[in-house]
Amino acid sequence: MDIRQKILAAVCGVSLLLVIIELVRRRKLRVEYSWLWILAGLTILVIGMNYGLLQWITNFIGAGFTSSTLFFFGIFFVLALCLQFSVKISKLETQVKNLAQELAVQRPQTQDSRKEAPEGDPGV
Amino acid sequence: MTPNIIVLMPAYNEAHRIGAVIDGVRSALPQGRIVVVDDGSTDDTVARALDYDVTVLRLPFNMGYGVALQTGYKFAVAQRADYLVQLDADGQHDPAGIARLLERVQGDACDICIGSRFLEGQPYRIPFTRRLGMALFRRVASRLLGKTVTDPTSGFQAMNRRVLEFFSRDSYPVDYPDVDVLVMLHRHGFRISEVPVQMHARASGVSLHRGLRPVYYLFKMGLDIPLNLMRREK
Repeated sequence: MDIRQKILAAVCGVSLLLVIIELVRRRKLRVEYSWLWILAGLTILVIGMNYGLLQWITNFIGAGFTSSTLFFFGIFFVLALCLQFSVKISKLETQVKNLAQELAVQRPQTQDSRKEAPEGDPGV
Repeated sequence: MTPNIIVLMPAYNEAHRIGAVIDGVRSALPQGRIVVVDDGSTDDTVARALDYDVTVLRLPFNMGYGVALQTGYKFAVAQRADYLVQLDADGQHDPAGIARLLERVQGDACDICIGSRFLEGQPYRIPFTRRLGMALFRRVASRLLGKTVTDPTSGFQAMNRRVLEFFSRDSYPVDYPDVDVLVMLHRHGFRISEVPVQMHARASGVSLHRGLRPVYYLFKMGLDIPLNLMRREK
Protein backbone atom coordinates (compact mmCIF):
# COMPACT_ATOMS: atom_id res chain seq x y z
CA MET A 1 0.00 0.00 0.00
CA ASP A 2 1.29 3.39 -1.01
CA ILE A 3 2.52 5.54 1.87
CA ARG A 4 0.49 8.49 0.51
CA GLN A 5 -2.71 6.48 0.85
CA LYS A 6 -1.80 5.67 4.44
CA ILE A 7 -1.15 9.30 5.22
CA LEU A 8 -4.46 10.36 3.66
CA ALA A 9 -6.39 7.72 5.63
CA ALA A 10 -4.61 8.66 8.84
CA VAL A 11 -5.28 12.37 8.36
CA CYS A 12 -8.98 11.72 7.59
CA GLY A 13 -9.45 9.35 10.51
CA VAL A 14 -7.66 11.52 13.05
CA SER A 15 -9.37 14.75 11.89
CA LEU A 16 -12.78 13.11 12.11
CA LEU A 17 -12.05 11.89 15.63
CA LEU A 18 -10.76 15.28 16.71
CA VAL A 19 -13.80 17.10 15.29
CA ILE A 20 -16.16 14.66 17.05
CA ILE A 21 -14.43 15.03 20.39
CA GLU A 22 -14.42 18.80 20.05
CA LEU A 23 -18.13 18.82 19.18
CA VAL A 24 -18.94 16.69 22.21
CA ARG A 25 -16.75 18.92 24.39
CA ARG A 26 -18.68 22.01 23.22
CA ARG A 27 -21.94 20.13 23.78
CA LYS A 28 -22.87 20.52 20.11
CA LEU A 29 -23.05 16.78 19.68
CA ARG A 30 -24.59 14.61 22.32
CA VAL A 31 -22.61 11.69 23.66
CA GLU A 32 -25.39 9.30 22.68
CA TYR A 33 -24.81 10.09 19.00
CA SER A 34 -21.03 10.41 19.17
CA TRP A 35 -20.26 6.72 19.57
CA LEU A 36 -21.34 5.92 16.02
CA TRP A 37 -19.11 8.65 14.62
CA ILE A 38 -16.17 7.69 16.79
CA LEU A 39 -16.61 4.17 15.51
CA ALA A 40 -16.51 5.48 11.92
CA GLY A 41 -13.34 7.49 12.58
CA LEU A 42 -11.60 4.53 14.20
CA THR A 43 -12.59 2.26 11.34
CA ILE A 44 -11.09 4.64 8.77
CA LEU A 45 -7.90 4.80 10.82
CA VAL A 46 -7.56 1.05 11.32
CA ILE A 47 -8.38 0.13 7.71
CA GLY A 48 -6.08 2.84 6.40
CA MET A 49 -3.13 1.67 8.48
CA ASN A 50 -3.72 -1.98 7.86
CA TYR A 51 -4.25 -2.87 4.20
CA GLY A 52 -4.01 -6.57 5.00
CA LEU A 53 -7.14 -6.33 7.11
CA LEU A 54 -9.05 -4.73 4.23
CA GLN A 55 -7.87 -7.50 1.91
CA TRP A 56 -8.90 -10.12 4.40
CA ILE A 57 -12.40 -8.61 4.73
CA THR A 58 -12.69 -8.35 0.93
CA ASN A 59 -11.81 -12.01 0.65
CA PHE A 60 -14.11 -12.95 3.48
CA ILE A 61 -17.22 -11.33 1.98
CA GLY A 62 -16.28 -12.45 -1.53
CA ALA A 63 -15.94 -8.99 -3.07
CA GLY A 64 -13.80 -8.55 -6.19
CA PHE A 65 -11.93 -5.38 -5.23
CA THR A 66 -10.94 -3.80 -1.97
CA SER A 67 -12.50 -0.56 -3.18
CA SER A 68 -15.93 -2.23 -3.48
CA THR A 69 -15.60 -3.38 0.12
CA LEU A 70 -14.95 0.19 1.19
CA PHE A 71 -17.89 1.56 -0.81
CA PHE A 72 -20.20 -1.18 0.38
CA PHE A 73 -19.55 -0.58 4.04
CA GLY A 74 -19.44 3.19 3.55
CA ILE A 75 -22.88 3.27 1.94
CA PHE A 76 -24.27 0.80 4.42
CA PHE A 77 -23.07 2.97 7.28
CA VAL A 78 -24.71 6.08 5.81
CA LEU A 79 -27.96 4.19 5.25
CA ALA A 80 -28.00 2.95 8.83
CA LEU A 81 -27.37 6.48 10.01
CA CYS A 82 -30.28 7.82 7.93
CA LEU A 83 -32.53 5.18 9.40
CA GLN A 84 -31.50 6.18 12.89
CA PHE A 85 -32.31 9.81 12.05
CA SER A 86 -35.72 8.81 10.69
CA VAL A 87 -36.50 6.99 13.91
CA LYS A 88 -35.40 9.98 15.93
CA ILE A 89 -37.41 12.39 13.76
CA SER A 90 -40.53 10.26 14.15
CA LYS A 91 -40.13 10.41 17.89
CA LEU A 92 -39.49 14.16 17.85
CA GLU A 93 -42.55 14.69 15.66
CA THR A 94 -44.75 12.88 18.15
CA GLN A 95 -43.29 14.97 20.94
CA VAL A 96 -43.83 18.23 19.03
CA LYS A 97 -47.39 17.16 18.23
CA ASN A 98 -48.13 16.43 21.88
CA LEU A 99 -46.60 19.75 22.93
CA ALA A 100 -48.62 21.73 20.38
CA GLN A 101 -51.81 19.96 21.45
CA GLU A 102 -51.05 20.53 25.10
CA LEU A 103 -50.57 24.23 24.39
CA ALA A 104 -53.85 24.45 22.49
CA VAL A 105 -55.78 22.55 25.16
CA GLN A 106 -54.32 24.67 27.98
CA ARG A 107 -55.32 27.94 26.32
CA PRO A 108 -58.86 27.69 25.03
CA GLN A 109 -60.12 30.95 23.52
CA THR A 110 -63.64 32.27 23.80
CA GLN A 111 -65.42 35.52 23.03
CA ASP A 112 -64.63 36.72 26.55
CA SER A 113 -60.94 35.98 26.30
CA ARG A 114 -60.86 37.93 23.04
CA LYS A 115 -62.35 40.98 24.71
CA GLU A 116 -59.66 40.87 27.37
CA ALA A 117 -56.88 40.53 24.82
CA PRO A 118 -57.95 42.04 21.51
CA GLU A 119 -55.89 41.39 18.41
CA GLY A 120 -54.79 38.10 19.64
CA ASP A 121 -51.94 36.06 18.55
CA PRO A 122 -51.98 33.47 21.31
CA GLY A 123 -48.41 34.43 22.02
CA VAL A 124 -46.84 31.13 21.13
CA MET B 1 -78.15 15.27 34.80
CA THR B 2 -77.68 16.54 31.28
CA PRO B 3 -74.78 14.90 29.50
CA ASN B 4 -71.76 16.97 28.62
CA ILE B 5 -71.65 16.99 24.82
CA ILE B 6 -68.89 18.55 22.74
CA VAL B 7 -69.24 19.28 19.05
CA LEU B 8 -65.77 19.22 17.53
CA MET B 9 -64.96 21.09 14.33
CA PRO B 10 -61.41 20.96 13.02
CA ALA B 11 -60.86 23.95 10.74
CA TYR B 12 -58.13 25.06 8.40
CA ASN B 13 -58.67 28.27 6.44
CA GLU B 14 -62.46 28.09 6.58
CA ALA B 15 -63.14 31.74 7.44
CA HIS B 16 -65.84 32.02 4.78
CA ARG B 17 -67.82 28.97 5.74
CA ILE B 18 -67.30 28.40 9.43
CA GLY B 19 -69.96 30.88 10.56
CA ALA B 20 -72.70 29.15 8.61
CA VAL B 21 -71.64 25.75 9.90
CA ILE B 22 -71.60 26.99 13.52
CA ASP B 23 -75.09 28.40 12.99
CA GLY B 24 -76.23 25.06 11.67
CA VAL B 25 -74.73 23.15 14.59
CA ARG B 26 -76.15 25.60 17.11
CA SER B 27 -79.68 25.09 15.87
CA ALA B 28 -79.24 21.33 15.50
CA LEU B 29 -77.84 20.88 19.01
CA PRO B 30 -78.34 23.95 21.24
CA GLN B 31 -77.07 22.16 24.36
CA GLY B 32 -73.77 21.13 22.77
CA ARG B 33 -70.54 22.96 23.45
CA ILE B 34 -68.92 23.83 20.13
CA VAL B 35 -65.15 23.46 20.04
CA VAL B 36 -63.31 24.67 16.94
CA VAL B 37 -59.76 23.45 16.56
CA ASP B 38 -57.87 25.90 14.39
CA ASP B 39 -55.14 24.03 12.58
CA GLY B 40 -52.81 26.99 12.09
CA SER B 41 -55.09 28.83 9.65
CA THR B 42 -53.58 31.78 7.81
CA ASP B 43 -56.93 33.50 7.25
CA ASP B 44 -59.55 34.86 9.68
CA THR B 45 -60.92 31.49 10.72
CA VAL B 46 -60.31 32.12 14.42
CA ALA B 47 -61.80 35.62 14.39
CA ARG B 48 -64.87 34.45 12.47
CA ALA B 49 -65.37 31.53 14.83
CA LEU B 50 -65.04 33.81 17.85
CA ASP B 51 -67.92 35.92 16.54
CA TYR B 52 -69.96 33.08 18.01
CA ASP B 53 -70.20 31.60 21.45
CA VAL B 54 -67.69 28.82 20.85
CA THR B 55 -64.40 27.62 22.27
CA VAL B 56 -61.42 27.85 19.95
CA LEU B 57 -58.29 25.77 20.40
CA ARG B 58 -55.40 27.13 18.38
CA LEU B 59 -52.60 24.91 17.19
CA PRO B 60 -49.42 26.99 16.80
CA PHE B 61 -48.86 25.71 13.26
CA ASN B 62 -50.59 23.60 10.66
CA MET B 63 -50.31 19.98 11.73
CA GLY B 64 -52.94 18.19 9.71
CA TYR B 65 -56.48 16.92 10.11
CA GLY B 66 -55.67 14.05 12.47
CA VAL B 67 -53.67 16.19 14.88
CA ALA B 68 -56.47 18.75 14.94
CA LEU B 69 -59.03 16.04 15.68
CA GLN B 70 -56.90 14.53 18.42
CA THR B 71 -56.44 17.96 20.01
CA GLY B 72 -60.21 18.10 20.30
CA TYR B 73 -60.35 14.59 21.78
CA LYS B 74 -57.76 15.50 24.40
CA PHE B 75 -59.65 18.66 25.27
CA ALA B 76 -62.89 16.70 25.55
CA VAL B 77 -61.27 14.19 27.89
CA ALA B 78 -59.87 17.04 30.00
CA GLN B 79 -63.35 18.61 30.13
CA ARG B 80 -64.87 15.28 31.11
CA ALA B 81 -67.16 15.25 28.10
CA ASP B 82 -69.59 12.33 27.98
CA TYR B 83 -70.02 12.43 24.21
CA LEU B 84 -68.39 14.08 21.26
CA VAL B 85 -69.67 14.71 17.76
CA GLN B 86 -67.22 15.72 15.08
CA LEU B 87 -67.94 17.32 11.75
CA ASP B 88 -65.94 19.22 9.18
CA ALA B 89 -65.99 23.00 9.27
CA ASP B 90 -66.27 23.27 5.49
CA GLY B 91 -69.98 22.64 5.36
CA GLN B 92 -69.68 19.19 3.83
CA HIS B 93 -71.47 17.53 6.71
CA ASP B 94 -75.07 18.56 7.26
CA PRO B 95 -75.53 19.37 10.98
CA ALA B 96 -79.04 17.92 10.79
CA GLY B 97 -77.37 14.51 11.07
CA ILE B 98 -75.94 15.24 14.52
CA ALA B 99 -79.07 14.18 16.41
CA ARG B 100 -79.17 10.85 14.61
CA LEU B 101 -75.54 10.10 15.35
CA LEU B 102 -75.79 11.09 19.00
CA GLU B 103 -78.96 9.12 19.55
CA ARG B 104 -77.16 5.86 18.76
CA VAL B 105 -74.22 6.58 21.02
CA GLN B 106 -76.29 7.98 23.87
CA GLY B 107 -78.62 5.03 23.66
CA ASP B 108 -75.52 2.83 24.09
CA ALA B 109 -76.27 1.03 20.83
CA CYS B 110 -72.59 1.51 19.98
CA ASP B 111 -69.43 3.26 21.18
CA ILE B 112 -68.86 5.13 17.95
CA CYS B 113 -71.37 5.97 15.26
CA ILE B 114 -70.35 6.94 11.75
CA GLY B 115 -72.43 9.10 9.48
CA SER B 116 -72.62 7.39 6.11
CA ARG B 117 -73.41 9.22 2.90
CA PHE B 118 -74.08 5.95 1.10
CA LEU B 119 -76.72 4.26 3.23
CA GLU B 120 -79.41 6.18 1.42
CA GLY B 121 -78.07 6.33 -2.09
CA GLN B 122 -75.32 8.32 -3.74
CA PRO B 123 -75.44 11.93 -2.54
CA TYR B 124 -73.26 13.83 -5.00
CA ARG B 125 -70.83 13.18 -7.79
CA ILE B 126 -67.54 11.79 -6.55
CA PRO B 127 -64.57 11.53 -8.92
CA PHE B 128 -64.05 8.04 -10.33
CA THR B 129 -60.62 7.41 -8.76
CA ARG B 130 -61.84 8.44 -5.35
CA ARG B 131 -64.93 6.28 -5.74
CA LEU B 132 -62.70 3.36 -6.62
CA GLY B 133 -60.57 3.91 -3.51
CA MET B 134 -63.67 4.22 -1.35
CA ALA B 135 -65.07 0.98 -2.75
CA LEU B 136 -61.82 -0.82 -2.06
CA PHE B 137 -61.61 0.29 1.55
CA ARG B 138 -65.29 -0.40 2.05
CA ARG B 139 -64.56 -4.02 1.12
CA VAL B 140 -61.49 -4.22 3.29
CA ALA B 141 -63.19 -2.62 6.28
CA SER B 142 -66.31 -4.75 5.96
CA ARG B 143 -64.23 -7.93 5.79
CA LEU B 144 -62.06 -7.05 8.78
CA LEU B 145 -64.89 -5.75 10.90
CA GLY B 146 -67.13 -8.67 10.07
CA LYS B 147 -69.99 -6.36 9.15
CA THR B 148 -70.94 -4.07 6.34
CA VAL B 149 -69.49 -0.61 6.52
CA THR B 150 -70.67 1.65 3.73
CA ASP B 151 -68.65 4.80 4.40
CA PRO B 152 -65.50 4.05 6.40
CA THR B 153 -63.81 7.25 5.22
CA SER B 154 -66.49 9.51 6.69
CA GLY B 155 -65.30 12.10 9.20
CA PHE B 156 -68.83 12.76 10.49
CA GLN B 157 -68.92 10.75 13.72
CA ALA B 158 -70.21 10.60 17.27
CA MET B 159 -68.44 8.75 20.07
CA ASN B 160 -68.55 8.17 23.80
CA ARG B 161 -65.91 8.87 26.41
CA ARG B 162 -64.28 5.46 26.21
CA VAL B 163 -63.51 6.05 22.54
CA LEU B 164 -62.26 9.56 23.32
CA GLU B 165 -59.80 8.22 25.84
CA PHE B 166 -58.67 5.60 23.36
CA PHE B 167 -58.19 8.24 20.64
CA SER B 168 -56.12 10.43 22.95
CA ARG B 169 -53.29 7.93 22.96
CA ASP B 170 -50.16 8.18 20.85
CA SER B 171 -51.30 5.16 18.85
CA TYR B 172 -53.92 7.32 17.12
CA PRO B 173 -52.75 7.74 13.51
CA VAL B 174 -52.64 11.48 13.15
CA ASP B 175 -51.94 11.94 9.45
CA TYR B 176 -54.96 10.24 7.88
CA PRO B 177 -57.22 8.76 10.54
CA ASP B 178 -59.47 6.54 8.50
CA VAL B 179 -60.22 2.87 7.90
CA ASP B 180 -57.20 1.93 9.98
CA VAL B 181 -58.82 3.60 12.98
CA LEU B 182 -61.94 1.49 12.54
CA VAL B 183 -59.85 -1.66 12.40
CA MET B 184 -58.02 -0.56 15.55
CA LEU B 185 -61.28 0.19 17.33
CA HIS B 186 -62.75 -3.13 16.33
CA ARG B 187 -59.69 -4.98 17.57
CA HIS B 188 -60.02 -3.28 20.93
CA GLY B 189 -63.61 -4.34 21.27
CA PHE B 190 -65.38 -1.07 20.54
CA ARG B 191 -68.80 -1.29 18.93
CA ILE B 192 -69.10 0.54 15.63
CA SER B 193 -72.28 1.39 13.77
CA GLU B 194 -73.48 3.60 10.95
CA VAL B 195 -76.42 5.85 10.32
CA PRO B 196 -77.32 7.63 7.09
CA VAL B 197 -76.47 11.35 6.93
CA GLN B 198 -76.56 14.07 4.34
CA MET B 199 -73.32 15.26 2.86
CA HIS B 200 -72.64 17.93 0.31
CA ALA B 201 -69.78 18.32 -2.12
CA ARG B 202 -67.24 20.85 -0.93
CA ALA B 203 -68.19 24.33 -2.00
CA SER B 204 -64.83 25.96 -1.43
CA GLY B 205 -61.47 25.49 0.20
CA VAL B 206 -59.02 22.73 -0.47
CA SER B 207 -59.85 19.07 -0.13
CA LEU B 208 -57.57 16.70 1.73
CA HIS B 209 -57.58 14.46 -1.31
CA ARG B 210 -55.57 16.30 -3.90
CA GLY B 211 -52.41 15.89 -5.92
CA LEU B 212 -50.40 12.83 -5.02
CA ARG B 213 -52.11 12.47 -1.67
CA PRO B 214 -54.48 9.70 -2.82
CA VAL B 215 -51.44 7.62 -3.77
CA TYR B 216 -49.88 8.15 -0.36
CA TYR B 217 -53.25 7.44 1.19
CA LEU B 218 -53.47 4.09 -0.59
CA PHE B 219 -49.95 3.23 0.50
CA LYS B 220 -50.61 4.26 4.07
CA MET B 221 -53.81 2.25 4.43
CA GLY B 222 -52.21 -0.71 2.68
CA LEU B 223 -49.41 -0.72 5.24
CA ASP B 224 -51.25 0.47 8.31
CA ILE B 225 -54.12 -1.98 8.31
CA PRO B 226 -51.97 -5.15 8.21
CA LEU B 227 -49.59 -3.64 10.78
CA ASN B 228 -52.51 -2.83 13.04
CA LEU B 229 -53.51 -6.45 12.87
CA MET B 230 -49.97 -7.51 13.76
CA ARG B 231 -49.57 -5.16 16.70
CA ARG B 232 -50.23 -6.37 20.19
CA GLU B 233 -51.26 -3.49 22.35
CA LYS B 234 -53.04 -3.58 25.58
